[in-house]
Amino acid sequence: MKKYFGYLTNGIIKENPIFRLLLGMCPTLAVSTLAINGLGMGLATTAVLIGSNVCISALRKIIPDDIRIPAFVVVIASFVTIVGMLMKAYVPALDAALGIFIPLIVVNCIILGRAEAFAFGHTVFESLADAIGMGLGFTMSLTVLGAVREIIGAGTIFGFSLFGAAYEPMILMILPPGAFLTLGLGIGLINKISNLSRKKKAEKEKDIELSQIVEEAA
Amino acid sequence: MKNLFVSSSPHIRSIETTSSIMQNVVIALLPALAVAAYVFGLRVLMLVAVCIASSVATEWIIQKLLKQPITIDDWSAVVTGILLAFNLPINAPWWLGVLGSVFAIALVKQCFGGLGHNFMNPALAARAFLVASWPVRMTGSAYIPLTDTFTSATPLGMVEAGMDPSLLPSHLDLFLGLNGVYGSIGEISALALILGGVYLIVRGVISYRIPVTYIGTVAVLSLIFKQDVLFQLLSGGLMLGAFFMATDYVSSPSSPKGQIIFAVGCGLLTVIIRLFGGYPEGVSYSILLMNVAAPLIEKYTRPKIYGLRPKEVKEGGQ
Repeated sequence: MKKYFGYLTNGIIKENPIFRLLLGMCPTLAVSTLAINGLGMGLATTAVLIGSNVCISALRKIIPDDIRIPAFVVVIASFVTIVGMLMKAYVPALDAALGIFIPLIVVNCIILGRAEAFAFGHTVFESLADAIGMGLGFTMSLTVLGAVREIIGAGTIFGFSLFGAAYEPMILMILPPGAFLTLGLGIGLINKISNLSRKKKAEKEKDIELSQIVEEAA
Repeated sequence: MKNLFVSSSPHIRSIETTSSIMQNVVIALLPALAVAAYVFGLRVLMLVAVCIASSVATEWIIQKLLKQPITIDDWSAVVTGILLAFNLPINAPWWLGVLGSVFAIALVKQCFGGLGHNFMNPALAARAFLVASWPVRMTGSAYIPLTDTFTSATPLGMVEAGMDPSLLPSHLDLFLGLNGVYGSIGEISALALILGGVYLIVRGVISYRIPVTYIGTVAVLSLIFKQDVLFQLLSGGLMLGAFFMATDYVSSPSSPKGQIIFAVGCGLLTVIIRLFGGYPEGVSYSILLMNVAAPLIEKYTRPKIYGLRPKEVKEGGQ
């Protein structure tokens, strides 16, 4: 059980697809203009990721090694088509906002990357846990990026006005440069935090070592 | 024997320091500031003060946070603040100056390693940031009590809008800037900017190459495209950009040949944006684009090492 929990959290923090692996940058930069778009894109990708990871893991003994990439793409494309049709039917507004980036999930690096690096070599349940973790990590990062850009660039969050009419939004943040600025600063911040915690860990280990030496000496 | 000590080279140092260079730039900017204060009133001084204060404060805070040596006494943040204020319209609210300064110093300068590492001119990048973020604030018009006229972003915009040429300001008005001419705070008087630029060239702070080539390129291209050459030279931010922005040590090439290429590129892009682009004025974007191209220009214009034959140079001087 602990193993599955590890696969689940791996994608959320340690190997966060956006802030850690820098995968799927194209939809990240393009659709994170609003928090709701980030959330919608993230959930759509998660759905495809879960389907493709499970399917590819189940078929991994049948798929010949030489043509595995075309096989992955066929599986992924099927799920993208399903998700795209469902979104057109039930959330047409969100589908219109995300536009071309829904069909483009087919070539999203995260999905192909997880198929190649994880699902092709792990059992179905492990792949499911991995897909949920990676999908949640992607969704959370996209939503946070979208929320930051929406708050500063439009003065709203999920469409609700935050600061009243007097606030003059920084339009740049919902334009393409805002995506690069937010993503770059976000990655920098996360690197800084993880460096600090790594340093702390190293110091702790040093302290333990020292105390062991002191004990031995005594 | 007490006075003898051993040290490694260099043994002769120039008395020039970063702060003395930056102080000279500030002095060179004073004539334009005086004209602006005379035409637009005391509000100019308020905006300049806000920009300088927030630039210096941002630099101090970031260096304090990152536990770096505090270098606010090198005057570079002061120059950035003044240049940014010169790029603002007169009716810009004070917070526009503060946000622009924070962007210039924190993101463009300190994020890339501080003075000497900024990949673009911080003040110009901040201007581009402000224009993209608050386009209405940055291009609005304002009433000038002194001359009983309205000022707008740039007379180039009036040309772009297809206005009657007889309504445009005269060449003399554009040159002196005293007669209610149009533009951001610092760009109204070509004469004051040229004075400052000549001062910098005489003091050896900047070389004549970039400004002269830049302005010359714009003049020649304007002539080729049958534009009013003097109008193209005197309006907009060309003088400010050519003397004070394009000559930034860090973001322009250092070799003479590279500086010429850099300035020709700036002039070419400026004319292209002015005549064929969507914006009426292109000085800021052309300098920013060439800033990004500067390392590439530098790479291909590296001066030859003295005393080596061409073949040896190719082999890396071994």
